[in-house]
Amino acid sequence: MEQLRIRFLLNGEEVEAGVAPVENLVQALRRCFHLYGGRESCGQGICGTCTVIVNGRAVSGCLYLAVLAEGTEVVTVEGLSAGGRLHPVQEAFISCSAFQCGFCTPGMILMSTQLLEENPDPTDQQIRHYLSGNLCRCGAYPEILQAVKTAAQALASQK
Amino acid sequence: MPRQAGRSLRRLESHAKVTGTVEYVHNLELPGMLHGKIFRSTVPHARLARVDVAAARTAPGVEQVITGQDVLSIIPDPYYGPAFHDQPILALEKVRFAGEPVAIVLAADPYAAQAALDLIEVEYEELPAVYNEVEAALKGAPLVHDKLRPGSMFADLIHVRPRSGSNVHVDYRVRRGDVEEAFRASERVFEDTFHTPAVAAAPLEPIVTVAEPGGSGPLTIHSATQNPSFVRGELARLLGWPENRVRVRTAFLGGGFGGKQYIKLEALAAASTLLAQRPVKISLTMDEQFVTITRHASTIRMKTGVSADGRILARECEIWWNGGAYADIGPRVTQKAGFTSAGPYDIENVSIDSYAVYTNLPPAGALRGFGVPQVNWAHETQGDRIARELGMDPLEFRLKNLLRNGRPQASGTILQDSGTEEVTKEVASAMRWAEPLDCGTGTTRRGRGVALAIKAGVTPTTSVAIVTLAGDGSCTVYAGTVDVGQGSQTVLAQIAAEGLALRAEEVRVIHPDTDATPYDMGSVGSRSTFHMGLAIQGATEQVSRQLIEMAAPVLGADAADLELYDGSVVARGRGDAEISFRELMATRFGKNTGTLVGSGSFTASYDTPDPDTGQSDDVAVFWMIGAVGAEVTVDTETGKVMVQRLVNVADVGKAINPLLVSTQLSGGALLQFGYAMSEEMRFEEGQLVNSGLAQYKIPTMLDMPKSVEVVLVEVPHRNGPLGAKGMGETGTLAVSAAIGNAVFDALGVQVKELPLTPERVLRAIRAGAGRPLED
Ligand code: FES
Ligand code: FES
Repeated sequence: MEQLRIRFLLNGEEVEAGVAPVENLVQALRRCFHLYGGRESCGQGICGTCTVIVNGRAVSGCLYLAVLAEGTEVVTVEGLSAGGRLHPVQEAFISCSAFQCGFCTPGMILMSTQLLEENPDPTDQQIRHYLSGNLCRCGAYPEILQAVKTAAQALASQK
Repeated sequence: MPRQAGRSLRRLESHAKVTGTVEYVHNLELPGMLHGKIFRSTVPHARLARVDVAAARTAPGVEQVITGQDVLSIIPDPYYGPAFHDQPILALEKVRFAGEPVAIVLAADPYAAQAALDLIEVEYEELPAVYNEVEAALKGAPLVHDKLRPGSMFADLIHVRPRSGSNVHVDYRVRRGDVEEAFRASERVFEDTFHTPAVAAAPLEPIVTVAEPGGSGPLTIHSATQNPSFVRGELARLLGWPENRVRVRTAFLGGGFGGKQYIKLEALAAASTLLAQRPVKISLTMDEQFVTITRHASTIRMKTGVSADGRILARECEIWWNGGAYADIGPRVTQKAGFTSAGPYDIENVSIDSYAVYTNLPPAGALRGFGVPQVNWAHETQGDRIARELGMDPLEFRLKNLLRNGRPQASGTILQDSGTEEVTKEVASAMRWAEPLDCGTGTTRRGRGVALAIKAGVTPTTSVAIVTLAGDGSCTVYAGTVDVGQGSQTVLAQIAAEGLALRAEEVRVIHPDTDATPYDMGSVGSRSTFHMGLAIQGATEQVSRQLIEMAAPVLGADAADLELYDGSVVARGRGDAEISFRELMATRFGKNTGTLVGSGSFTASYDTPDPDTGQSDDVAVFWMIGAVGAEVTVDTETGKVMVQRLVNVADVGKAINPLLVSTQLSGGALLQFGYAMSEEMRFEEGQLVNSGLAQYKIPTMLDMPKSVEVVLVEVPHRNGPLGAKGMGETGTLAVSAAIGNAVFDALGVQVKELPLTPERVLRAIRAGAGRPLED
């Protein structure tokens, strides 16, 4: 595989990797950094299981070429709980049992985190809308909705 | 210390799931591993005139290309499957559906493997093909298989009678009473034909298997499978090896829903690794999952005779199951969904014919409910038509005909320990059925509906468990149950903890690994809590007995006065004389050494049904009984249905973990909600035209009903662990019909074909108004 060197900030640390031109960001994160929180499922930008944050925006890692990460700041679900402390959104996903198989969970958590940064007090409809690009085949949607509201409260009380 | 059964304990692996560190086979990478990419047939039915892989073999980075002929060198009879041994590992003389694996390319770089697929050339001599299940069952239809290959792995399937010279490979029947006579005596006779399309399980972790050749050790298969023991047995059979030379292990599964049942990629991965002598990973894309396994499309003809006062006197069901090109577990679907196809009703005269039919479409198998959601759609939809035409309330009609404990089901097996009355009562109260509903005005109509469900727990099956205590007193459970997301590791830990008076959090349940975990039939058909729960109870009883025997002399007490409490053996009524498990282990083995071992097993009973009448005294290990209520609004200009409330009532026997039970019920309901509202695999001339999630729409959070509610009913099962019965499918069975009945209530017109897309609903509205839409 032809390798291109890229450097970027990964969960707060400067890193370097050799990636193939065809490789997408989820695959590169797995192969080079053993980060498995991002997962490729649909491979078409539909399901959101591959969600990672690039320069503060959630992207579908399956459609984001790894080479484009050059010079960016990338955050994955593993970076949310840096220092061993869970992020309030992660805490809320546990307390609300907002998953079954857990395959969609990192994507859901990253997307929820971004939602709450933009809108700290979303309505049910806003949550449904914002998370509609993240699929959960186990049908944990009611619990996920609850988790986002619970996290919103927790974050509000931290301030 | 709280009782462990009945605790709403959160999944024990929660932390790993929210940090993304949980183990899936999807993540597995092994040193020296090759990636396998599958070349698939582009035509639905053809003789393979030539398979030319020469160019692919020399492509850059390619290690090996394997065809069906190559597989023969290590597996001379390469046909697999749980019910029939009919599916070749790679196509041999012919291909039977578009998407069938023909060759596999192995390369260290998955992109190289993928690129080499373009270099494979196949010449097809096309054959006439057949796609519709009713047409395929007719005499003279093109034959998908010239020769039938029945299997032998499951006791309940040994008795299915294969039929040769036809695409109908299983022909299952129930005969009870005299339907013809009863139809003559009926005041009204209703006859309808219902359809359900093929749909996809589409777990978000696509089907994946990693195989290692093993050298002098066992062939090792890491697989996202719901049936590790079955996979081991099937691979051993294919290879002609003893089972102990095959090791199958799993991790957490990223969903399954039946799509990862029995054997999927494992035989191909095993053949690939043995030929390449390197580890091989085959990880399907989402699109490939769609042509790997589907839920049976079905056509169901239902004829029902009723008396003037609304008693069902006779019901005749004829069901054609579109099995696709290979039987997979279709024969069990045909049989199990067949015998409950008359619904949870007390009917004296029943006639059921259920046909498993081969077609040139991707194979169909189990998908949360083993065919019951399809037959439920038929009997519950027709039920509302009958009630309406008789001027009866649909709930009253159901209550009048309800199958109650002590009465025979259509198979002749007596219903027992089942909450048919309770779930009906609960759904009525949750839906506030006695109060009138505002039906809406203008172009927005409201309606509500209910549907009842019955499914038989599959029998006879076996689970075996081992429970150990280590020298420090900690407990490990060795169970072959696969945690597909349902939370089995947590619930089984609770059952073991209950038996040994520990906290569930202290118990470790290991993932299935056939080198360590004993036989289990599989995580299918809602059977794990019941069967594995009983096996674990047997194992903890053995451990508990040993602990008490060891403690009696140490505490100077009678064994009869000893009990386990919070990690210790305690003498009742003797002050606080007690000894911890750890200390007790030390008295027997020495400090921090030794292992106490207990084992248990459970095999359910079964009375083989009479092949001509389907009658049996014992055909269900337990009954799954549920009721669903739905409230909808329909836009009469667009046909768009919005589900406002979805109420799921299930008899779970005893909720060992009410939290997990409730979420599994609502999750099952939401899966079915997709099949009710939007999901439909569309084929044109045998080609799937909407594979993958871009074109095949599964529900998003935006689509989900406004309110999703769950009501638990607990009618204890006499044999169940702590009274529990299976419930993994209960919440899914009656969802489509309940929504359909609500639409009927709102519009006064019925749709008999799923899913309830705006187009289909609008066509029904317009046809009902005498202004049908053009095609
Ligand atoms: S895998 Fe990227 S959106 Fe589905
Ligand atoms: S928890 Fe399984 S897909 Fe969401």
